[in-house]
Amino acid sequence: MPRQIRRWGPPLLLISPTLILLGVFVYGLLTINATTSMKDIHNAAQANGREPVSFVWFQNYVDLFGSEEFQHSLKNLVIYTVVFLAGTMIFGFLWAWLLDRPVRFEGVFRSIYLFPMAVSFVASGVVWRWLLNSNQGEDASGLNRLFQMIGLPFLQNNWWNNVDVGIAAIAIPAIWQLSGYVMALFLAGFRGVPEELREAARMDGSTSWQMYRHVIFPQLSPVALSAVIIVGHMSLKAFDLIMSISKPANYQTKVPAIDMYVFKSSFDYSNAAAVGAILLVIVAVLIVPYLVHLNRTEKH
Amino acid sequence: MRTARKFTAMAAGLAVASLALAACSSGDTGDDTGSGKSEEVEVFTWWASGSEKLGLDALVGVFEVQNPDVEFVNGAVAGGAGSAAKDLLQSRLQANDPPDTFQAHAGAELTDYINAGQVEDVSGLYDEFGLRDAFPADLVERLTVDGKIYSIPSNIHRANVVWANTQLLTDSGLDPAATYATLDDWFVALDAVREKTGRTPLSLATTWTQVNLLETILLSSLGADGYTGLWDGSTDWSSPEVTEALADFEKLIGYTNEDRDGLDWPDATQQVIDGNAAFNVMGDWAVAAFEEAGKKSPADYVYMPVPGTDGVFDFLADSFTLAVGAPHPVGAKAWLKTIGSLDGQVAFNKAKGSIPARNDAKPEDFSAYQQSAMASFSQDTIVSSLAHGAAAPTAWVNAISDATSKFTTGGGDLAGFQADLVAAAEANAS
Repeated sequence: MPRQIRRWGPPLLLISPTLILLGVFVYGLLTINATTSMKDIHNAAQANGREPVSFVWFQNYVDLFGSEEFQHSLKNLVIYTVVFLAGTMIFGFLWAWLLDRPVRFEGVFRSIYLFPMAVSFVASGVVWRWLLNSNQGEDASGLNRLFQMIGLPFLQNNWWNNVDVGIAAIAIPAIWQLSGYVMALFLAGFRGVPEELREAARMDGSTSWQMYRHVIFPQLSPVALSAVIIVGHMSLKAFDLIMSISKPANYQTKVPAIDMYVFKSSFDYSNAAAVGAILLVIVAVLIVPYLVHLNRTEKH
Repeated sequence: MRTARKFTAMAAGLAVASLALAACSSGDTGDDTGSGKSEEVEVFTWWASGSEKLGLDALVGVFEVQNPDVEFVNGAVAGGAGSAAKDLLQSRLQANDPPDTFQAHAGAELTDYINAGQVEDVSGLYDEFGLRDAFPADLVERLTVDGKIYSIPSNIHRANVVWANTQLLTDSGLDPAATYATLDDWFVALDAVREKTGRTPLSLATTWTQVNLLETILLSSLGADGYTGLWDGSTDWSSPEVTEALADFEKLIGYTNEDRDGLDWPDATQQVIDGNAAFNVMGDWAVAAFEEAGKKSPADYVYMPVPGTDGVFDFLADSFTLAVGAPHPVGAKAWLKTIGSLDGQVAFNKAKGSIPARNDAKPEDFSAYQQSAMASFSQDTIVSSLAHGAAAPTAWVNAISDATSKFTTGGGDLAGFQADLVAAAEANAS
């Protein structure tokens, strides 16, 4: 017994602060959030116990999924995520591929593409709110004005104020910010392919395209998966960029994270918690298979 | 390797230091103010900048003269037009760590705090300070909930005001001095602006300003009693009168700028100041924007009640509460006494640009606009503003905002809009 303590004790002691903190602040609070979401706390008086609270199981979830407004938010989230993911993957991959060949000033280009990531979403949102101004014709400014100046006035549109697909316009700044990051990931992937493989391909007489297509691209799939997971979970949690370009009350740019904020400010804690739980599940659906996959490949 | 280790050590040291600092700063909020004053009061507001800050400073000046023994502790929280402050207040009240007194819009916005037992009934203070006679009876009635009053207003604003650019009206062939008795008369003028000048007839900003416009149109169509009835259940939201008002609202939205959802009220008012838009419906804090731009009325701009609402004062007020469990109730009562006093109200409102809730302030101390607002306030019918929390509780206002935004962005038709409003009323009416 003492020998076992000597073996397990010190490591356990060392990680116990982390375990306790995680237990309380992550898993403990997740549990509280889940319980809150299954109660009917819809006003301030219930929240501090002056009015009765009852346990309603999944009623809040049923109501949320049944409401047209929340369906609209979910639809917006899907559009945003698809556009954001596709945009960052395409641009990030393209830039990495271009920079993979020997180019002059590679470091400069790399920095230029990577810099937008250093800007906070709030700061870029303020600028993009102006760029994405929805006025057209005489009052146009931002990108719509630019389209007029370069002789492409038919490209003018009302950007994020389109009630059906406006949310996709907000993905544009997000793509602008994160593509450089995806590029860096892919570039590392390209550089990680051993030189011998390229040489062997050349020895076998493959063209440059064949070499990329059959030798290098297949080796990038783990990188691509990581990029999808990282960008995807950021997109699902989108809040700050939308808040600084649009406003929480604007119907056209509602997503679940915004709904959560509005519910909370109306003292509707149960619905806010329910939206939070839904978001957690959506992100988990994306991340858990990835973690399982990682675990398996590490064991091999 | 060595430098890397050094760097890690430095980073770790910094982290520890910042934790220690954080621990220190959270310890500061104790009672050790160190000024030698026997009492103190923490006043929680979102008046952290601009004319609001000037008003608060003026108020504190009066407070310190009236209460030399009480230390004023400024709990102002900046950001988000009060939303940052409200978020923090919500957490503090839930955690039973209330400030002594906090700012809140007078009226129904207090409902949540009242039901949650977080604010004291201050009707006793109304009697003690003689406020029932000092405030207009209409106002006291609007503030009373089940025979009790929970806050003392510091200032009054009017939400149903139209601001217009004199030059643009003249260019459109309109008489700048004209007022419009009905919305239909106004539509004619708006058409004239569009046809003659091609400028935006009516400038509008994001959702809450659209709700502000909506409430004034409801008021115009339904009249003061009908509008007030929307909140106490005596007016039916599904009635054809409401449909008619919503149709007028829809028509008005057609006269507005397309980028409205990206703007806040100063941007919309600026369009009138710059002559890019003819009219703007906004609360009377807009007068400060005209004055800051060096504009004079009536040479540069004119103002009037929203067409069809002449003789009605759509009010909103900032007010102060006495928090349940306030650590310094004596200080809080002293603060509330200053809030209700003539000196306090005059000093505050001269700096902020609003008008006193008391009816015994001398008009000649105030600007021309304020004088006209004071005259209206003393003789008009007073109704409560929706967009600013006087008429309905937060959840109801949010539901109406959502419905309005859905409608103005094209997410639904007029019938759907009215159905959403009916549903909001059913879910929230008491």
